[in-house]
Amino acid sequence: MSTVPAILALADGTVFKGTAIGAVGHTVGEVVFNTAMTGYQEILTDPSYTKQIVTLTYPHIGNVGANSEDTESGAVFASGLIIRDLPLLHSNFRAEASLSDYLKANHTVAIADIDTRRLTRILREGGAQAGCIMAGEIDEARAIELARGFGSMAGQDLAQVVSCDAPYKWTTREWRLGEGYTEQGEARYHVVAYDFGVKHNILRMLAERGCRLTVVPAKTPAAEVLALNPHGVFLSNGPGDPEPCDYAITAIRDILATRTPVFGICLGHQLLGLAAGGKTSKMKFGHHGANHPVQDLDSGRVMITSQNHGFQVDETSLPANVRVTHRSLFDGTVQGIALTDRPAFSFQGHPEASPGPNDVAYLFDRFTAAMDAQD
Amino acid sequence: MPKRNDIKSILIIGAGPIVIGQACEFDYSGAQACKALREEGYKVILVNSNPATIMTDPEMADVTYIEPISWQVVEKIIARERPDAILPTMGGQTALNCALDLSRHGVLEKYQVELIGASEDAIDKAEDRGRFKEAMAKIGLSCPLSFICHTLEESLEAQAKVGYPTLIRPSFTMGGSGGGIAYNREEFLAICERGFEASPTNELLIEQSVLGWKEYEMEVVRDRADNCIIICSIENFDPMGVHTGDSITVAPAQTLTDKEYQIMRNASIAVLREIGVDTGGSNVQFAINPDNGEMIVIEMNPRVSRSSALASKATGFPIAKIAAKLAVGYTLDELKNDITGGATPASFEPSIDYVVTKIPRFTFEKFPLADDRLTTQMKSVGEVMAMGRSLQESLQKALRGLETGLSGFDEQTTSEETIRHELGTPGPDRILYVADAFRIGLSRDDVFAISKIDPWFLAQIEDLVGEEQALRGRRIEDLAHGEMFRLKRKGFSDRRLALLLDTDQAGVRAKRWALDIRPVYKRVDTCAAEFATNTAYMYSTYEEECESRPTNNKKIMVLGGGPNRIGQGIEFDYCCVHAALALRESGFETIMVNCNPETVSTDYDTSDRLYFEPLTLEDVLEVCHVEKPFGVIVQYGGQTPLKLARALEAAGVPIIGTSPDMIDAAEDRERFQKLLQELALKQPPNRTARTPADAMRLAEEIGYPLVVRPSYVLGGRAMEIVHEPADLERYMREAVKVSNDSPVLLDRFLNDAIEVDVDCVSDGVNVVIGGIMQHIEQAGVHSGDSACSLPPYSLFPAVQDEIRRQTIAMARALNVVGLMNVQFAIQGDTIYVLEVNPRASRTVPFVSKVTSAPLAKIAARAMAGISLVEQGFTAEVIPPYYAVKEAVFPFIKFPGVDTILGPEMKSTGEVMGVGNSFAEAFVKSQLAAGDKLPRTGKVFMSVRAGDKNGCVEVARELQRLGFGVCATRGTAKVLSDAGLIVQVVNKVAEGRPHIVDLIKNGEIALVINTVDEKRQAIQDSHSIRRSALQARIPQSTTLAGAQALCVGLQLDDFGIYSLQELHARIKR
Repeated sequence: MSTVPAILALADGTVFKGTAIGAVGHTVGEVVFNTAMTGYQEILTDPSYTKQIVTLTYPHIGNVGANSEDTESGAVFASGLIIRDLPLLHSNFRAEASLSDYLKANHTVAIADIDTRRLTRILREGGAQAGCIMAGEIDEARAIELARGFGSMAGQDLAQVVSCDAPYKWTTREWRLGEGYTEQGEARYHVVAYDFGVKHNILRMLAERGCRLTVVPAKTPAAEVLALNPHGVFLSNGPGDPEPCDYAITAIRDILATRTPVFGICLGHQLLGLAAGGKTSKMKFGHHGANHPVQDLDSGRVMITSQNHGFQVDETSLPANVRVTHRSLFDGTVQGIALTDRPAFSFQGHPEASPGPNDVAYLFDRFTAAMDAQD
Repeated sequence: MPKRNDIKSILIIGAGPIVIGQACEFDYSGAQACKALREEGYKVILVNSNPATIMTDPEMADVTYIEPISWQVVEKIIARERPDAILPTMGGQTALNCALDLSRHGVLEKYQVELIGASEDAIDKAEDRGRFKEAMAKIGLSCPLSFICHTLEESLEAQAKVGYPTLIRPSFTMGGSGGGIAYNREEFLAICERGFEASPTNELLIEQSVLGWKEYEMEVVRDRADNCIIICSIENFDPMGVHTGDSITVAPAQTLTDKEYQIMRNASIAVLREIGVDTGGSNVQFAINPDNGEMIVIEMNPRVSRSSALASKATGFPIAKIAAKLAVGYTLDELKNDITGGATPASFEPSIDYVVTKIPRFTFEKFPLADDRLTTQMKSVGEVMAMGRSLQESLQKALRGLETGLSGFDEQTTSEETIRHELGTPGPDRILYVADAFRIGLSRDDVFAISKIDPWFLAQIEDLVGEEQALRGRRIEDLAHGEMFRLKRKGFSDRRLALLLDTDQAGVRAKRWALDIRPVYKRVDTCAAEFATNTAYMYSTYEEECESRPTNNKKIMVLGGGPNRIGQGIEFDYCCVHAALALRESGFETIMVNCNPETVSTDYDTSDRLYFEPLTLEDVLEVCHVEKPFGVIVQYGGQTPLKLARALEAAGVPIIGTSPDMIDAAEDRERFQKLLQELALKQPPNRTARTPADAMRLAEEIGYPLVVRPSYVLGGRAMEIVHEPADLERYMREAVKVSNDSPVLLDRFLNDAIEVDVDCVSDGVNVVIGGIMQHIEQAGVHSGDSACSLPPYSLFPAVQDEIRRQTIAMARALNVVGLMNVQFAIQGDTIYVLEVNPRASRTVPFVSKVTSAPLAKIAARAMAGISLVEQGFTAEVIPPYYAVKEAVFPFIKFPGVDTILGPEMKSTGEVMGVGNSFAEAFVKSQLAAGDKLPRTGKVFMSVRAGDKNGCVEVARELQRLGFGVCATRGTAKVLSDAGLIVQVVNKVAEGRPHIVDLIKNGEIALVINTVDEKRQAIQDSHSIRRSALQARIPQSTTLAGAQALCVGLQLDDFGIYSLQELHARIKR
């Protein structure tokens, strides 16, 4: 068994030595940890991980291999993967390839056999920082230099980088055991979804609920969207800092003025907050996991949610017509907002799960209810 | 929603004695519940018949009843204490069934007591197979095809529909008792018969088999606002077909994609909602078809369970404590997650960044006639848990933590036939045969085809075998840093490497240390390091960063007892917990090392620091290296840590308390004999044999009958009474491997002697007697299996004083610092010393509960240098009441096994009965042990020659009480000669109808059957005892037991006494 060496170098100069399990070469990005114990393929293919290298805290990653169903986009978006152990064998009835082969096929640089708990503790204490995985030919000094050259995610508009080039339709519904993905029948609503790096499961869940979807590029002006006469507008998740996305913020303001129902998730939530007049800020190491408790402030109910964000909406910055609807029970940060004078609301975590629990799926129903209310 | 103020007092029902299927995990959950509810200001009333529990410590509840757990007794407690509510979900199936009985008999209504934690309807819906199936159908979940049956005819019809193999599951039983898998009609009929007997509702579920499907468990917690969280997912290494309690299990689930996992998560929450578990923890079991992911629900437990104890230890989330608080009205978001210091709420799902493995511990060697194949009825008596940063590491740590002598994947056989059999028909060691299969060249596909164990697991074992084979023939010197580090990361123990490299453990250790390869310690924090923790709950692994952060405080380390097994159970964990509590109170930092997830000792807040580690020399030395304790206590955890004492001492570890040399002086027959001679104390004539020929010669010197046993054993393993040379010859040939290093001990057996147990404590200067316990069964029955009375019920004061004198003399001579237990036999006027154990004994918790003197705490402080005088403990406490400890046996779980008592310990647990007279205490102990004492009916007697005289009195007494008497010919003659009216009954060999027919026909109310300790005699009468057991007829296999029973039967009624009021009666 010949192993290819790899290192992970952090901007602070820490170097971890391990084994390459993906493509040979190097990659640079902001290093973040995710505590979800399942769903690595969904994570890798989530466009929100653009320019991020993700380390998964559960030590065995790759147990179920990879398949063509558990993807959230057409490609691997994470800049790299860091794990403790790649198992000797994957085992699942749906597996089509090993994780390692999948990473190689997607040209993803990845490293295994390092103390990922130590790495997580570094990120927790010092905050997210840039890192470089180098696999194959190793040059520690250069790797550290590359990591240091990455800079910060703050100020980076990545939504327009990952967005689609042209509008497209979406008709696939949610996955079912034994059936896989099926196509929607008749649709009751027409929803335009802004693609800032949209996860497919959001589209699937909307389609499941009778939404005929037109997915449009990030920079589509409001007028073009409104010209499609949608029942509602959806603001997707996506990577990077929301603040530089002024094109989107402007468009959202225009759409809100028409009283069209608006639903935002993650980056879409932050953009709604900004459009409503609030502010956003970068968090120390963000929320990345599938076990975060979020309270619905109206019902008092606690939902376990999937989370993946490094920026947040600042509560104190919100104007009077914005109500906080959900709150993180981990750190009290804003997890959901609703406008009091417009049919618009948003959620910071991931109601579409994938990976993670489905506890917040009811927000999709709330969106269709909002569209019903407009009729 | 804050806590409820409309209830002020809560009755908690415990689980009773340790039995298979219900071990000390319910002491852990019950103790947590007591603490949690008192913290909230509720008055807690507790009932539990098991004195060896932490929860029955008098300071754990406001009012503590060590009383039988039956609805009649609990009604008396309710009438007296008038609690507002009952929490029935902490005491396993015993407590749930008791709560249902209370409800059925109108007690709850009569006294206006509310069930909290689980409603009667929810319990019934979860436990009643028919209702459960209906409920699952309602929420769109599948169950295996099955039929509820109340008669054999119905069962056969159902069987025809589901086909073979068929699963038979009795309703309302614990640990799958009475159930099984039938592959043919004969087996099916046999299992149905015993299943109907086992089910209190005479109800069976005849179920389609999903053998070979993957098995999962989810631990779910729900609050009254309908917030639901999953604490832990568990995947079974052993696929469907083996009871989950007997399966090797791994957390978290390994081979599910997120989509499949979420289906299971949603389903488990839906199950809780539909069954109506409003608050608390539950466990839901699933089976998954490995070919297509099809999922079915197997069952759910609407209470905390063994799995929830495991999940609590595996994740650091204290399910029982939280469940108790939810039961009184809190919601999850109102409760804190202690492990993060309250930085986060309890309303989240733990994320773990390590792999947890649980391996069950079996004791089939105790029951040679028991069927050791694993099916749907649980047979294990304990379990070990291990954590590592990879499955391989955690698996190998668990194997060496089992205390079965394994160093890892030790070779079992090279026979392909045996291997194939063991893989396909699992027994207790299947996982070891998986490794053997790879060693002889079977492929992964072969092993999967036979065992259905998921290839993901198989690949890991195959890899370990590959590593091992690559080491063969090499030398330890050749291992470089990289290779050694890789091997240690895969969990290989030093001992295993030594075996593979043909060297010794010390050699591997020296080399490893020279390479500077030491384990690091990672924290269990519920959150995969997302939040900081100050909770020092740790496990070892081979990684880069160590998080132990040891302090410079004065520390005492307590070594625990490892997995429960017969001979070493909860009593030792009780002592370890007491040591930790006492020394913490005295200002020391306490460190616990143990690997048993069922225990209170492995609760992360029992000690200041918890190392969840196997108790092997390697693992303990590494913890000592990091912590550098001021002292280590080895005398509380039973044989497990004691075995390590000398090696630890040799490695420079400071052992406190009685020195390992003195422990050895007491265990080593020859040294001990010398010591007794110096003290002028008597021993039964005895010899030590180092060869079989030796044994035969020495036996003639001291004369038969003899007690024979290997040296250094606990629980009387391989101990026998032999009556003649032929027996001894067979014993030396079959039962032991005698050698110079492991000699066999021969003791003259004392006929008709009374056995006495004494516990004492010493600080090296003063010795104080803890208690003198008189056994009820005669000498020859293992002390752990014998009932005993404190204070003695028939020993003259002068004899007791002489026992005290001798005990103190021996404690002084052995320089005991800490606890010491002595067993005496009194034959006529002569006192013999049978054995001395300068360590915690099985009776310490019993004595402490009875006398109110916490012996284990006192002794721990003495070991740490606080004298008995300073502690104010200078005089023996003799209670003004009687307490009887009775043993509880697992015979019902092992069809065909004899119930006769002998020198080899067979009991799994104990109960206590207390009363103003010996009779009252004895009767209550029998009730607590599960016997129903008859008031009328016919008594069957068949006694051995030596008991013929004594049996007359017993029979006379029984007749006076209104019982009829029947007896076998010999016994009947003695009785009629004495003028008694007696009916003669055939022995089994004498033709029909015989005694077994009578028992089966329900004509017998009580069996008194004593036999000589001779093989033939035992075999001849086996069917009598077995059929009485099956028919649940109380039986006494000793005359002394029968005599005690007669005394007890004279009692019309008995009182209930709380521990607190009893202790108040003690004059200091």
